[in-house]
Amino acid sequence: MTNFLQQIVSGLASGGIYGSLALAIVIIHRSTGVINFAQGEMATLSAFVCWTLLDHGWSFWPAFAATLILSFAGGVVIQQVLIRPLQGSPLLGVVILTIGLLIAINGLTTWIWGGAAKQFTGPFSTSPINVGGVAFSKQDIGVIAVSIIVVVLVGLLFTRTKLGLGLRAAAVNPVEARLVGVRVGAMLAVGWGLAAALGGVAGVMAAPSLFLEPNMMQTVLLYSFAAAVLGGMDSPVGAVVGGLVLGVLLNLAGTYIHWIGGELRLATALAVILGVLLLRPAGLFGHTAVRRV
Amino acid sequence: MKLLRRRLDGADQRSAGAGFAGAGAGFRRKLGALGLAIVVLAVLPIPLSEFRTVQLATVGAYFIAILGLDVLTGHSGQISLGHGAFIAVGAYTTAILMANHGVQDLWTIPIAAGVAGGIGLIAGVPALRLSGLYLALATFGIAVAFPTILKKFDHFTGGSTGITLFGKPTQTGHGVGVLGMTNNEWLYALTWTIAVFCFIVVWWLLGSRFGRSLRAIRDSELAAAASGINRSAYKVAAFGLSAAFAGVAGALLAINIAYVSPDTFPIQLSLFLLVGAVVGFFGSIWGAVLGALLILFLPDLVGLIPHVNTKQAGPTTLFFGLVLVVLMLVLPLVLRAGAAIANRGYPRAQ
Amino acid sequence: MPLLELRDVEARYGEVKALHGVTLSVDDGDFVAILGANGAGKTTTLRAISGMVKTTGQLSFEGARLFRRTPEAMARRGVAHVPEGRGTFATLSVLDNLRLGAWTQRGTSQRDLARVFEFFPLLYQRREQQAGTLSGGEQQMLALGRAMMAKPRLLLLDEPSLGLAPLVVREIFDALLRMNENGTTIVVVEQNATLALKAAKHAFVLETGRVVLGGVAADLRADESVRRSYLGY
Repeated sequence: MTNFLQQIVSGLASGGIYGSLALAIVIIHRSTGVINFAQGEMATLSAFVCWTLLDHGWSFWPAFAATLILSFAGGVVIQQVLIRPLQGSPLLGVVILTIGLLIAINGLTTWIWGGAAKQFTGPFSTSPINVGGVAFSKQDIGVIAVSIIVVVLVGLLFTRTKLGLGLRAAAVNPVEARLVGVRVGAMLAVGWGLAAALGGVAGVMAAPSLFLEPNMMQTVLLYSFAAAVLGGMDSPVGAVVGGLVLGVLLNLAGTYIHWIGGELRLATALAVILGVLLLRPAGLFGHTAVRRV
Repeated sequence: MKLLRRRLDGADQRSAGAGFAGAGAGFRRKLGALGLAIVVLAVLPIPLSEFRTVQLATVGAYFIAILGLDVLTGHSGQISLGHGAFIAVGAYTTAILMANHGVQDLWTIPIAAGVAGGIGLIAGVPALRLSGLYLALATFGIAVAFPTILKKFDHFTGGSTGITLFGKPTQTGHGVGVLGMTNNEWLYALTWTIAVFCFIVVWWLLGSRFGRSLRAIRDSELAAAASGINRSAYKVAAFGLSAAFAGVAGALLAINIAYVSPDTFPIQLSLFLLVGAVVGFFGSIWGAVLGALLILFLPDLVGLIPHVNTKQAGPTTLFFGLVLVVLMLVLPLVLRAGAAIANRGYPRAQ
Repeated sequence: MPLLELRDVEARYGEVKALHGVTLSVDDGDFVAILGANGAGKTTTLRAISGMVKTTGQLSFEGARLFRRTPEAMARRGVAHVPEGRGTFATLSVLDNLRLGAWTQRGTSQRDLARVFEFFPLLYQRREQQAGTLSGGEQQMLALGRAMMAKPRLLLLDEPSLGLAPLVVREIFDALLRMNENGTTIVVVEQNATLALKAAKHAFVLETGRVVLGGVAADLRADESVRRSYLGY
């Protein structure tokens, strides 16, 4: 029972990370139809930027805030310089561009920071905390807390602010949005910035436990894809819930199904992706068609 | 993308005739080009070092894989980011047969093609139900997860340590050499002979009814269905064919490098293949050589830039990615210009 | 000086020319109907005004010649365009749809919302519902309500009566007349010529992208050719 609870909590922590990155992916997909394959590498880059600030003596939370702002700016720049010129061209072309971006950012991070894994000291201590007789990792609880706060903030942004209304309108019906005066182009840029910032959150939260190196988020990207698909590719709520469910599911499957163990986590995520796409494409909360007509 | 395909197929329509793609005046020109290419290939190793020769052999293997990817993506419109997995299947088939079952390396090649192709046919069926982006997603997942699956079934695959073929008696060229060639020259000859053969096969296929049906499906599924084409069968066939080609490439890579392990097939391989296919202009099988050359020689090109140390993997990867990004940005402009130039001499369609 | 003036406006979709030189003018406070058969260019004319299509020729709004118009800019100038099919944000709530109408205003005033609900009480009842779940008539009311929130100088409506029951259509046009009385200039594109000519003060008839007839609505109603082609008697 003890182990069960611990697995759930640590599953929720990883799930929070997957959910944050999945939310980023869904935000971009909802507004533009594009699947941004570079989301993981952008998150890695954010984590490295944060590491550099920490290395220069910044304390954690200011460094984190600065990283998020820089990530937001980076997302906006990428959208304006690389994605906007391709508006109107076939989606597949844009997606291939994001793959190129994935490769390029991976190369860039390797070039600047080298391929060796770096130690990333997170804001939460790794010592355990005792709740009801069960030992939980303070780091896990911290990550869960940060994820919840971030997700709630993003949710409030979307539902209670004028900007959020504009973002939603631009995603749902861009033609009509322009007719009421919404600058759809600006909304798209903000969407990419927001997604990049969310990726930054995921990257920084992941770095302490995953060891910071250029390929760090490649597996997380796959888990986040699985989470987004599970939740329904167009549902922000689905992305977060999908992330949490997937995190817990992978942990429990790894612990209690011996054959899967620690080695087939990726394969399990793949199975989730294939299963959902083939059996119930809309996922848990989505409503758009994924199939070929 | 669409514009590009119509421009290429314009060649199909302008010169009548079945058989090879672009039969007619264009055909004779292309046949000449092929003949020239064969001659060049035959004499190329003579001035080159042994190292370069075996490098070019590897280019040949990538070329075959890119050919398959061209058929799949450029001509049937299905994207795969996971063909590295099929290469791995081919490579491991060869390795296991050579190391554990004493099969001569040459015979493993068709078997590898069959195994990979078979798996491709099976995979092609569920792929039918996934539209472009989601197929990309699914195949991306396969490519990322595949190495871990290889490691898991270690009694079969040798796990993380992989399988070494070096020194095994089943290698044809090993040690003594074949037909008066050195081992490296033999590998080069083997690879490129098969590559030319594959090229002719693809060239013929694309010009035949198979190719036309594929392109009809790619350009308009509805119209293709209306003309009675069994879309599913063709798309699955394209998947299987491209997988078989990747399998051959994998077999040749295993023979060339004489070693396979899960880590030699990372996601980067699939992505670099994609870059190669895109550079080869997606569907232009003549461009596939360019793509294969790019994959192998970009490190050297990057090394020409001052202050860049290509011993590090970073700069090479960065430029790889940039090539793809720039290509995708420039492609629509190029196509529009190309279409304008191509259309200038022809009467406007009414 | 007219509020809106088009002179020899041409527009094309790719290779196909939809407007071959449209000339018309709309005064401040006017209620104008644009009639014509399918494909005559009525929708394109509205799109030209709101900036959804590129045009050649002269287009002036509030006395100023406007060259490159974007929908966002025209919305800020006070042009509200309700396209064919209502153009509601289907997965957003009725309330959110209305709030979007006020996008160009400085925040959503409760008073504006109250006014819309007074016009259309049904919308108040359904304010939390997803717009896509509303009936056709309710969606048209929502589209109108959204336009009202923008406090537009010029309201463009494309086929408001399409697919709606006669009783609902009457409600819509009553609302339009009330808006017009309160000072909003209205341009309506309608296939239902009888209805449009009864409500409007002026009208134009379009044929193959050109204005062939224009004038006071009552005169057009009496005109022989109009009666035969568009009024059915």
